[in-house]
Amino acid sequence: MTPVLLLQRVGHLVPVLLGVTVIVFLMMSLTPGDPAEIMLANQNATPAQVAMLRHDMGLDRPLMERFVSFVGHALQGDFGQSLFHRRPVATVIMERLPATIELSVAAMAFALLVSIPLGVMAAVYRGGVLDRLATVGALLGVSLPGFWFGILMLIGFAVNLRWLPVSGAIDFAAQPPGITGLMVVDSMLALRGDSLMNALAHLVLPAITLGLPMAAILMRVTRASMLEVLRQDYITFAEAKGLGRGRIIALHALKNGLLPTVTVAAMETGSLLGGNMVVETVFGWPGLGRLVVESIFVRNYPLVQAAVLLYAVTYVVVNFLADLLYTVLNPRVRM
Amino acid sequence: MTEPLLAINDLRVAFATPHGLVRAVDGVSLDVRPGECLGVVGESGSGKSVTFAAVMGLIRPPGRIESGSIRFDGRELVGLDRVDYRSLRGRDIAMTLQDALTSLNPALTVGTQITEVLLAHAEDLPSGRHARHREARARAIEMMHLVGIPAAEHRLGDYPHQFSGGMRQRMMIAIALSCRPRLLIADEPTTALDVTIQAQVLELIAGIRATLGMSVALITHDLGVVAEYCDRVAVLYAGQIVESGPTASVIGAPRHPYTAGLLASVPMLSNLDRRIRPIDGQVPGLVDLPPGCRFLPRCPHAAPVCVSTIAMRALEHDRAVRCVR
Repeated sequence: MTPVLLLQRVGHLVPVLLGVTVIVFLMMSLTPGDPAEIMLANQNATPAQVAMLRHDMGLDRPLMERFVSFVGHALQGDFGQSLFHRRPVATVIMERLPATIELSVAAMAFALLVSIPLGVMAAVYRGGVLDRLATVGALLGVSLPGFWFGILMLIGFAVNLRWLPVSGAIDFAAQPPGITGLMVVDSMLALRGDSLMNALAHLVLPAITLGLPMAAILMRVTRASMLEVLRQDYITFAEAKGLGRGRIIALHALKNGLLPTVTVAAMETGSLLGGNMVVETVFGWPGLGRLVVESIFVRNYPLVQAAVLLYAVTYVVVNFLADLLYTVLNPRVRM
Repeated sequence: MTEPLLAINDLRVAFATPHGLVRAVDGVSLDVRPGECLGVVGESGSGKSVTFAAVMGLIRPPGRIESGSIRFDGRELVGLDRVDYRSLRGRDIAMTLQDALTSLNPALTVGTQITEVLLAHAEDLPSGRHARHREARARAIEMMHLVGIPAAEHRLGDYPHQFSGGMRQRMMIAIALSCRPRLLIADEPTTALDVTIQAQVLELIAGIRATLGMSVALITHDLGVVAEYCDRVAVLYAGQIVESGPTASVIGAPRHPYTAGLLASVPMLSNLDRRIRPIDGQVPGLVDLPPGCRFLPRCPHAAPVCVSTIAMRALEHDRAVRCVR
């Protein structure tokens, strides 16, 4: 793809993101409940005081004016004050974001590393033992609720067997100096093996719990797609050319068979972001998901608004990257 | 008579289906001699493609070679182990499929798809990764020139969808021939092409056959193609060979009613007044066939004796027919 086309594609993101912003803003504005009244609840505030707070927060201005001001500030990274923390929303989110990125990347890596080889093998040895096990496993992975599976894992591996820690992202004593906020990366940067092992041990259970439904879906997608591809004439022709089985599967079949996997993986980041809230709550993970859940309970609207916007932007950007990857895999797609 | 390059003897290939065992190839025997072009003619489902898939070792479950022998250059191929088969395919026996659009991998450049055959098979490539690839590339370009792809060196990086239909077919032929095989199996090479391109591709195969001195098994349902390009012809019907012999002699004086019926259904410019006569009826299903002539229900010359098993019968001039008449 030429740089000009790439820029055009990036340009297409602008209206999408603007639309997302409008929806997020409207959703928050139309939700019943007045933030000013909630902030002043149980403080015996007079109507005049409530009105004053509303004026301070800009809530008495017309919707359109508030939207323009919201977008203007958001573009400068200013999402207002977190009502609960009494600090800027952006600061609070940035503190929690690295932990969530670390968990999501680990979950995504787990899902891809498990699902793609398993899906390929299940398709190649269709009807075999591995295929049946994987199919049953995938059905379980899709059907088990994440919070329940997470608690089971906790009881089994953390409480009873004591192999892995129960909650948190790292033990206090093992904490490396904060550079990126990603515990695994910081441990490596600080050249501390003990920190790295500690961080990885904390990461295992939440990452598996979060990645399992995604792994199950991607396994099924990869298997179905590979079965389809292995029936194609170009696979027969590759066999007629006398190529090795490994090359036929890993190059000829997989390059075509991965297309649906890439698409679905990008779409599944949506459920990954949603799953974060559940998994972070179950495992006491100090990330954004848990912060959002807590903020919803205390009606901390500015923070929820910013977080939802961040989730939406992430989703759009991930799908954009998947489109780019798609053109690498499938040369017929021209953007 | 010279020793055949490929000798298929009493081959039986069956597929297990929910409706029962389908014997797609039922006792086929045929030879391809060095340097000759054998036409293999039959309708869809006559077993012509399955026969040659068996030669390539590409019969997959639920299909199975039940019995018979396939000898290539004196070597038995039925039961050959996978590694030996792999080194044979693409190097000594090559195959092109019907539709180049679906036979070339859409996700790989044609350069990758042609050089990988050379890298897999050619023993005389120089050692050293870089030199090997450079030499494979040079030979790929040479073969692309041979099949008439213009500016071959600039097209190696292109993907199949960037080629026209005729050029794709040429590309598939170039890939199949890249290791200069001794036998080319061309499975319906013209079916997916425009009429104008068909002749070009057939001329190309004929020309390369002469240049490389290879044998060709041309699978087709078009007797006109056979008449033009093949030395000998074998006619298949419902999994059996019903007639074989030198092309001119078979087409000039067919001995099997099916061959005669096929010829009568081909339109000819030389005789525009003649009505085209299609063969009545349909090819029988291949499950639970009764013994006796399989063409019997459609045969204009049916006789009581035709319900018993009819064997192939050798005639004069290298011909054979499965008919009592």
